[in-house]
Amino acid sequence: MKADPARPEILVIDDEVQIRRLLRLTLEPAGYRLSEAGTGQLGLTEAATRQFDAIILDLGLPDCSGVEVVRRLREWSRVPVLILSVLAAEDDKVAALDAGADDYLTKPFGAPELTARLRALLRRSVADEDEPAAMAFGDLTVDLAARVVSRAGTDVSLTAREYSIFRLLVMHRGKVVTHRQILREVWGPKAEGNTHYLRVHMTHLRQKLEADPHRPRHLKTESGIGFRFVTE
Amino acid sequence: MADQRPDPDALLASLKREEAQSRRGRLKVFFGMCPGVGKTFAMLRAAQQELRDGTDLVVGVVETHKRADTEALLAGLPVIPRKQIIYRGTELTEMDLEAILARRPKLVLVDEFAHTNAPGSRHPKRYQDVIELLDAGLDVFTTLNVQHLESRADAVRQITGAMVQETVPDSVFELADQIELIDLPPESLLERLREGKVYLGERANAAAEGFFKDAHLTALRELALRFVAERVDKRLRELRATGASQTVWRSGERLLVAVGPSPSSTQLVRWTRRMAAAQGAAWIAVSVESSRALSPDAQRRLEQNLALARELGAEVVVTHADDVAAALVRVALQNNATQIVVGQSRNPRWLDLLRGGSLVDRLLRRSGPIDIYVVPAERSAEKPGLWLSLRPAVNSPGREYGEVAGVLAGLTIANWFLVPHTGYLAVGLVYLLAVITLSLRVGRGPVFAAGVLSALTWNFLFIPPLFTFVIAKFEDGMMFGTYFAVALIAGQLTARIRAQERNERLREERATALFHLTQALSAARTLDDAVFAALRQADRLFAGQTALLYDHDGSAELTPHFAGSFTLTDKERGVADWCWRNRKNAGRFTDTLPASEGFHVPLVREDRAVGVFVLRVPSDAALTLAQRDLAGSFATQLALVVEREQLRASGEREKLLAESEKLHRALLDGVSHELKTPLAVLSAAAESLATADDSTRASLATEIRTATRRLNRLVNNLLDQTRLESGALQPRLDWCDAHDLVNAALDGIRESLAAHPFESAVPDDLPLFRADSALMEQVIANLVLNAALHTPDGTPIFLAAGLDQARARIFFTVADRGPGLPPAMRERLFQKFQRGDAARAGGLGLGLSIIRGFVAAQGGEIVAGENPGGGAVFTVYLPFTPHGRVPSE
Repeated sequence: MKADPARPEILVIDDEVQIRRLLRLTLEPAGYRLSEAGTGQLGLTEAATRQFDAIILDLGLPDCSGVEVVRRLREWSRVPVLILSVLAAEDDKVAALDAGADDYLTKPFGAPELTARLRALLRRSVADEDEPAAMAFGDLTVDLAARVVSRAGTDVSLTAREYSIFRLLVMHRGKVVTHRQILREVWGPKAEGNTHYLRVHMTHLRQKLEADPHRPRHLKTESGIGFRFVTE
Repeated sequence: MADQRPDPDALLASLKREEAQSRRGRLKVFFGMCPGVGKTFAMLRAAQQELRDGTDLVVGVVETHKRADTEALLAGLPVIPRKQIIYRGTELTEMDLEAILARRPKLVLVDEFAHTNAPGSRHPKRYQDVIELLDAGLDVFTTLNVQHLESRADAVRQITGAMVQETVPDSVFELADQIELIDLPPESLLERLREGKVYLGERANAAAEGFFKDAHLTALRELALRFVAERVDKRLRELRATGASQTVWRSGERLLVAVGPSPSSTQLVRWTRRMAAAQGAAWIAVSVESSRALSPDAQRRLEQNLALARELGAEVVVTHADDVAAALVRVALQNNATQIVVGQSRNPRWLDLLRGGSLVDRLLRRSGPIDIYVVPAERSAEKPGLWLSLRPAVNSPGREYGEVAGVLAGLTIANWFLVPHTGYLAVGLVYLLAVITLSLRVGRGPVFAAGVLSALTWNFLFIPPLFTFVIAKFEDGMMFGTYFAVALIAGQLTARIRAQERNERLREERATALFHLTQALSAARTLDDAVFAALRQADRLFAGQTALLYDHDGSAELTPHFAGSFTLTDKERGVADWCWRNRKNAGRFTDTLPASEGFHVPLVREDRAVGVFVLRVPSDAALTLAQRDLAGSFATQLALVVEREQLRASGEREKLLAESEKLHRALLDGVSHELKTPLAVLSAAAESLATADDSTRASLATEIRTATRRLNRLVNNLLDQTRLESGALQPRLDWCDAHDLVNAALDGIRESLAAHPFESAVPDDLPLFRADSALMEQVIANLVLNAALHTPDGTPIFLAAGLDQARARIFFTVADRGPGLPPAMRERLFQKFQRGDAARAGGLGLGLSIIRGFVAAQGGEIVAGENPGGGAVFTVYLPFTPHGRVPSE
C-alpha cells in the first residue's frame, strides 16, 4: 500500500501556520509530499485514515500534549515520528522518545539538519525488511550476524555488554536512543536509573572504536537524553 | 427672613447624627413603674405588628412567666434558642448573643434590660449584650422598670424599703431612641395582682407585700412618669440646640466629685450625676490615692464607685497625692471644673483639727472661684472607727504592734533597773528615744500606740506616786504632757515622712519602669527585639505573664508574638479579639468577659487598634489602679512600636515596588534594544534577498544566520532568567562526562570562537560526576562566549577541568588574557543587567547572573578572579562524589 517511495509522504502536526509553511518550503523542493494538521486530534485522525512514511510532531499542541499523541499513535502504528521541541524541555523530549518517538529536533533548526534526520528515519523504516548483515561506517565495519566489529581492518574485541550497547545503537543508527532504552535493553528494567553504567561502558567503547575518543565521530552524546550512532 | 433659614453647619451636624444613628441599631424601651404593668405584653404586641409589616425579627429572650395571653402573643415569632450555661452544677439559660449576631435580623426582642447574666457569659449584664447588638446595627426592643435605673435606685429604696440589685446605668438608658411608657393605674395593678396575673419570682410574697402598696405604687408611678417627662423635656431642649455646640453639655458647667472607698461615696456619685444631668453639665469623678494603702475590701469598693461613675457618664481621673484637698483643686483647675462635690466629713472634729482642718475647710481655703458642695453622708452600717482609719500602710500591722509591745516591754524591764541610778525623768527620755526610733521602723498606727503605751507605762511604773495613773507634782504633770505631745508628733511626723518617701519611691519605680521601657524600645533595632524587651520588663514589673498580639501581615487576624510568656488559649484569643475589635479593655478586672485569666488592653493608635497587650497575674493577686495605669502606658508604648513596624513594613514594600519597577524599566529598555537590532538586520536582509544577485545572496544569508543566533541567545537568556527567578528551575542531576560536556558546549559556539585561539585541557581520567548536563553545557558555553565577547579578537582563551580531590569538588576554569576585571566591577559582576564595559556585541548583562543561578541550582559555586599574568579567570566548582560500582560482565 505504500505510495511512491521516491516521493515519501509526510504528515506535519503543528499548530503554527508559519512552521508548517516553512516545512513545506523546505521539504517539497527536496522531493517530499506534505499533509498538515493543526491539532493533535486532527493529526491522529489523519494518521489513521492515510498511510504516511513519517510524521513530524510538535510537542506543544493546543489540544493535547505531543507525548500523548505519540502514545496513542504507537497503539496501532509504527510510523517513524520526529519530534520538534524547544530548548530546555528535556523532560518532554525524553518522555516522547520513551513513548515511542524515533528522533527529535530542537527549534530553531536548520534545513540541512531536518532533511538529514528525515532521511535517517525513512531509511530505517525501509531497511527494516532486508537488513544487510555487514555494514561499513567510515573505518568501522560491523557484521551483526557474525557479531564482529573491526576498525581499520583490525577486529576489535568487545565485552558482551559493550557489544549489546553498540549493536543497539547501530540498529537504530542515525536516531537517538535514550539512556532508559539502552539500560532496559542491556541491563534489564531494574537498572534504569544507573546511567553511570552506561557512561563507563561508553567511555570504553569510544576508546576501542573511535580515532579520538574525546571527539567521537560515531558514538555521539545527546546531552540529557541519550546516545546516537552517526553513520557518516 | 435670613435668620430663619437653617444654619448649614447645624444641618450638616444633624445629618451626621442621623447617619450615625442609622448605622447603629435603634433601641426602644418599654418602660414601666413596676413589674406587672404589662411591658412584655406591649412589647410582643408591637413585635407582632412589626412582623406583619414584614420586619425580619427574632426573639432573643422573652419571659412569659407562663401567662397564657403573653404566650399567645409569642406564638408565630421566630425564637433564637437560649444558650445553656452550667454554673456550679446548675443549668442556667441565657440569651445566645453569638447566634443572634450570626443570624443578623433587623430587630431583636430582649426582655428585662436590667437582668444580670450567669457567670461565664460574655458580659456580666444583659444591657451590655444589648449594646453589642446595637453596635452591630441591630434594632432592639427591651423592657425596664423605673426601679432598675441606677440614678433612681436610691429613690425607690427610700420609697419601698426594698434593695434593688439589678440596675442599668443612666448613660445606657440614654441610648434609647424611643421610650414607650406602659402606664397602669395602681388600682388596676393591685387587681391584677390579686388575680395572680403578676409574676413575682420564687421568693415573692414577703417582699411583694411591702412593695405593692397603694401609696408606694403611686410614688413609683410618679417617679416613672416624671423620669419620662424629664427626658422628653431634655430631648426637646437638645433638639432646639442642634448645631449650637459640639458637646451635649450646654451650660459650660463642669462638676467634679471626690470619690473614695466609703459606701457614702456611691451616693455622692449618684447625687452628682443627678445634679450634672439637671444642669446639663459634664462631670468628672476624681480618686486621690494617698500613701496610705487601702485594704483589699476598700480597694474593691473604690473601684466599684469609680466604675459606677464611669457608667453614669463621668470622666474618671485617678491621681496620687497625700494632700487630698490640694489634689482635688489641682485636677479641678486642670479640667476647668466649676464645682467640686465632696461628702461631709465623718471624722471626729478633733481629728480634723489635728490634720489642719477638715477636707472641706482645706478645700475652701484653696478653691478660689470654684464652688464647693458638701453633701451630707447617709448613715451607713459600716462606719470606720478611729483605729481603722489609722491603720498603718504596712502589710502586716500585727507584727509591727508585736514589735512595739516587745520593745517597750524590754525597755521597761531595763528601766526598772536603771531608775534607782538615774531617777524617773531620765527614764522618760529613754522611752522617748525608743518611740522615735520605732517610728523609723513601723507604721503610723504602731507608732501612735507606742507613744500612748510608753507614756502610760512611764506614768504608772515610774512617776510617783507609783502604780497609779495619778501624777502628784505639777512639774511631773507638765513633763508627762510634753512627753506625750512630743512622742505623738515626732512619731507621726517621722512615719509620714517615711510614707511619703515610700510613695515617692513607688512613683519613682513606675517612672523608672517607663523610662527603661522607652529606652529599651528606642534601642531595639527590630520589632522582635522591642517586643521581647518590653514583655520581659512587664513580666518583672507586674510579677506575671504577658503576651502581645498584633496583625503582623495585614490579614486582619491577630497573631501572638513569639516573645510572649503567656500562651493564650482559644478562649483568651477570643477575648483579645473582642478587645481588638472594640478597642476597649477586656478580660479580668473589666466588665467584658471578666471570667478570663488575662487582662487585655488594646494598643490604640489614633482611631485604630494595632494589637492587644495581655497581662496575666496570679489568680490571687489583683491589679491596683496605678498598675492598670501602668499597663495602659505599656500598651501605649507598644502601640507606637507596632505602628512604627507596620509603617516601616509598608515603606519597605513601596521601596521594593519601586525597585522592581526600576528593574522592569531597565529590562524593557535593554530587551527592546537587543531585540530590535537583530530584527532590523533580518528585515533588511530579507528585503534585499528578493533582489540580490547570487554573490550577495550568500553573504545576506550569513547575516541572517548571525542575527538569528543572537536573537536566539537573547530569548534563551531571558527564558533562563525567568526560570531561575520563578523557581521553576529543577536541575536533573545525572552522571556526566566532562569531555561530553565540553564538546557539546563548544559545538554551539564554534563560530563565535573563530577569532580567538582556543585551548582546552580535560584530563583523560577525570571521573564521572553528577550535574545537570544541559545546565552545565550552557554554563561552560556562556563562560567561554563571555571571554570571547569581552576580549579583543586574537586574545587566547583557555578552558580546563579537573578534580580537587582534597575538597571533593570538580572544577571548570575559563581563563583569558584580556583586560581583566575592574575591581569595582567584581562586586556586582553576578548581578542582573551588569554589562562589562568592553562588551562589544551588546547583550543584556544577564549571562553571568544566569551562570551563577545555574551553578547554584546544582549545589556549586562560581568565583571570579584575576589571571596571574593578566586577564580574567572564572572557576565553577561542583560537589563531587564518586559513582557506585559498575557490575563486571
